[in-house]
Amino acid sequence: MPELSLTVNEHRYEVEAPIEMSLAHVLREVVGLTGTKIACNEGHCGACTVQVDGMPTLSCITLAHTVSGEITTIEGLRDHPLIDAFVRADAVQCGFCTPGQVVSAAALVAANPSPTIDDIRHTMAGNICRCGTYPRIEEAILHWRD
Amino acid sequence: MARLIRTEKEVEGRFEEVWLVVEEDPLTQWPDGPLSVVGRDALRQDALERVRGEARFTADIQLPGMLHTAVLRSPHAHARVKKIDLAPALALPGVHAALAPGDAKGLEGEPGYCGAAVAAVAADTFGQARRAVAAIAVEWEVLEAVLDPHEAVRREQFTMPSSTYERGDFAKALESADVVIESTYRTSVVLHNSMETHQSVCEWVGDTLNVYISTQYIWGVRSAVAAELGIPGDKVRVVCEYMGGGFGSKNDPGEYTFVAAELAKRTGRPVRCALTRREENTAAGNRNLTIQKLTVGARSDGTIIALGGEFINGVGWSGWSAMTDGPMQMLYACDNVRTVRHGAKINMPPMKAFRAPGFVEGTFGLECLIDELAVKLELDPLELRRKNYANANDDTPYSSKNLMECYDLARKHWDRRDEVRARSTGTWKHGVGMASQIWFGGGGPPSYAWTRVSSDGRVTVVTAMQDIGTGTRTAMAQIAAEELGVSLDRVTVVLGDSARGPYATLSAGSSTTPSVGPAVRAAAADAKRQIIEIAAQRYDVEEHVLDIKDDVLTSADGNVSTTLEQLLEILENSQILGKGGRGPNPAGMSVLTFGVQVVEVAVDVETGEVRVERVAAAHDVGRIINSLGARSQVEGGIIQGIGHTLFEQRLHDPETGRILTTSLDAYRMPTIADIPEIVCEFVDKPDAHLTNLGSKGLGEPPIVPLAAAVANAIRDATGADVHELPITREEMLRALEAAKKKERRGAPAAV
Ligand code: FES
Ligand code: FES
Repeated sequence: MPELSLTVNEHRYEVEAPIEMSLAHVLREVVGLTGTKIACNEGHCGACTVQVDGMPTLSCITLAHTVSGEITTIEGLRDHPLIDAFVRADAVQCGFCTPGQVVSAAALVAANPSPTIDDIRHTMAGNICRCGTYPRIEEAILHWRD
Repeated sequence: MARLIRTEKEVEGRFEEVWLVVEEDPLTQWPDGPLSVVGRDALRQDALERVRGEARFTADIQLPGMLHTAVLRSPHAHARVKKIDLAPALALPGVHAALAPGDAKGLEGEPGYCGAAVAAVAADTFGQARRAVAAIAVEWEVLEAVLDPHEAVRREQFTMPSSTYERGDFAKALESADVVIESTYRTSVVLHNSMETHQSVCEWVGDTLNVYISTQYIWGVRSAVAAELGIPGDKVRVVCEYMGGGFGSKNDPGEYTFVAAELAKRTGRPVRCALTRREENTAAGNRNLTIQKLTVGARSDGTIIALGGEFINGVGWSGWSAMTDGPMQMLYACDNVRTVRHGAKINMPPMKAFRAPGFVEGTFGLECLIDELAVKLELDPLELRRKNYANANDDTPYSSKNLMECYDLARKHWDRRDEVRARSTGTWKHGVGMASQIWFGGGGPPSYAWTRVSSDGRVTVVTAMQDIGTGTRTAMAQIAAEELGVSLDRVTVVLGDSARGPYATLSAGSSTTPSVGPAVRAAAADAKRQIIEIAAQRYDVEEHVLDIKDDVLTSADGNVSTTLEQLLEILENSQILGKGGRGPNPAGMSVLTFGVQVVEVAVDVETGEVRVERVAAAHDVGRIINSLGARSQVEGGIIQGIGHTLFEQRLHDPETGRILTTSLDAYRMPTIADIPEIVCEFVDKPDAHLTNLGSKGLGEPPIVPLAAAVANAIRDATGADVHELPITREEMLRALEAAKKKERRGAPAAV
């Protein structure tokens, strides 16, 4: 199997993975970081969002062998103030979409620390939440630094 | 003492006469209103692990040597497998075993819909399993398929017997009515699309089968799997610690579990069987389509004297015919009601319960009809509803009903009508509409809980229920904390494992909190009683003078005051154990939930675009346990309702029955950009007759009235009568066109 070297959450991983394997599957099954979720596996829901060099990226439709940048997953954001903001705002029901929401939101606030509601709605519209936690996600992001 | 009773049990609007062993429920209810912990905002106990991606869902279970399954699904709406050859699949790399029709429950030799499971392969990777499934050679005999529900009704092809309900004399009452309105309403098939797809991992350990599954009912899975495999229930351990949404679609094990169990047996390896998103959109259940031909007859003063309906549920190849006629029978005080409901068996994917099945659809029809009546009679829709208020459910008294209070709470939102309408400019018209909600949600026995209090004064609640994302863990912890007089952060709830806790009911039918909550309170009370007995002996006082509050045990005269840790340190590593059970529901009473929603919309009459701008909800579900979690539930229900109302629709090819909308791109669900302002309020009055809590369920009520309230707001804004869900631009433009024609014929427009 072809070798692959990845930087995930500032750690270097030297692993083997088939050439056709997506970043989401490598992270979850090879590296063992299951915080990144797969809900559609075809780029339509945002559950698998990770950051590559700070850019939100759908890991389910990204081939692992094509990634050379630094990857940040939810495991790398566990101490981010957004985590507490989501908890306080009750921005989680089943929680399956939530890691992806947090990763997207972290990229948003890094680029724009004081996003307006419109900014939030615009950037977060690719992250589906079937439980409908949207009003609380909005609140969590608006008040992420409080 | 355990008691044996014969009683009626309701789940998702389906009733059954059963024998039940119930516990006595001697505790008196707490006083009304917010208490120390109960009735207040509580952050979710498991929020942190869910938000940080640490919660382990079934999708995250990876066992050593685990194989992956792919399922061969029928490409035909109705066909027979004449010959199947698994050999080419078995010859491929990585493949360990393959199953043919009949090898596991749910693998069909005569599939009745496109997407029905037929065969399955286990391989080292999912990709290998998928390639192997493609290599299976099947010779099909294609059979006749009935896709049209009307055709199924004509042929009397039903999934269950049709049901007729009658009180009074509908036909005669209709003749004497001053006004009669007849309308036909249609609702489309919509899909649950939980973010975690249906899946299980099965693993044999000795003679025990471990089933890790994304489920709403671990005990239902346990008994169904045990029965299918012919092994005792205690040899099946079902685990679901965290699950990624169900909304009614995960109440039973599904073919994926039987397939995984059988493949695990044949290979001696753990096996995962998970639906892909595309399979989820075809074969994981749905809210079925409905066609509702409704009639209302009223006196000119607005008294409703006749209600009639013929309801067709396009159920699919199997499934039950949900109570689409329920709201018409139950919502208003009308003496003459006649309903007929058919469950058409068609060659389409089977329905599964979906958040208030039947009532969501039936409320859309009925509450639009009532609004059309209000327009015709030129009456205020809110006044019309109050005028026809029901004070009993078909002669059976309610355990509690505070719908009038909901109307009162809604008044201030309703009074915004003039202000909202005045916002209309150019092609954008604004309006306000409302609809009422009725649904079950009282839960019932049996359900049990245990409590453990340790020497450090910390409490563990153990109950083998599941938290599907509704915040059950937190609500149960609040109840235990309140009863024991301890702070909330001292309580941990352990759930989700059939081998490690007592039986608890399913997480469906808004029944979890009203069913398990009283058992948790009873178990906490049992532990508290023992703590007080110990303290009475230790301090030589009468038990009745002692109480625990804020983690401190005190006597009424103030002479005893000790923290729980001080009192219980003598226990060292031992514990105080409590147990509790859910008592019976009040005999001879209807336990129901109520509510009303007021919706503000904007409609672009040129393009047919509809925007829901504001939703105000007032619900009556008895005592609120977690006011924060309750608001989240209401918001979630409303947002899902907006999807059903405005854009969600499963489409199929009418020739072949093949599903066309199989991705989340094609099947459009609400995003953060679609949400309106949501205001929610609760009556928050305990149901004095219902258990030691007086609480009802809240998972389903908020989705019930939304669609009708939106349609009624559209009528208020534009004068157009919407009769079909979803209200796509085409449907909106059609309704506007029909309204114009009506106006030309001389009928006054509503604006
Ligand atoms: S799982 Fe990647 S977008 Fe849905
Ligand atoms: S919290 Fe369940 S899908 Fe978002």
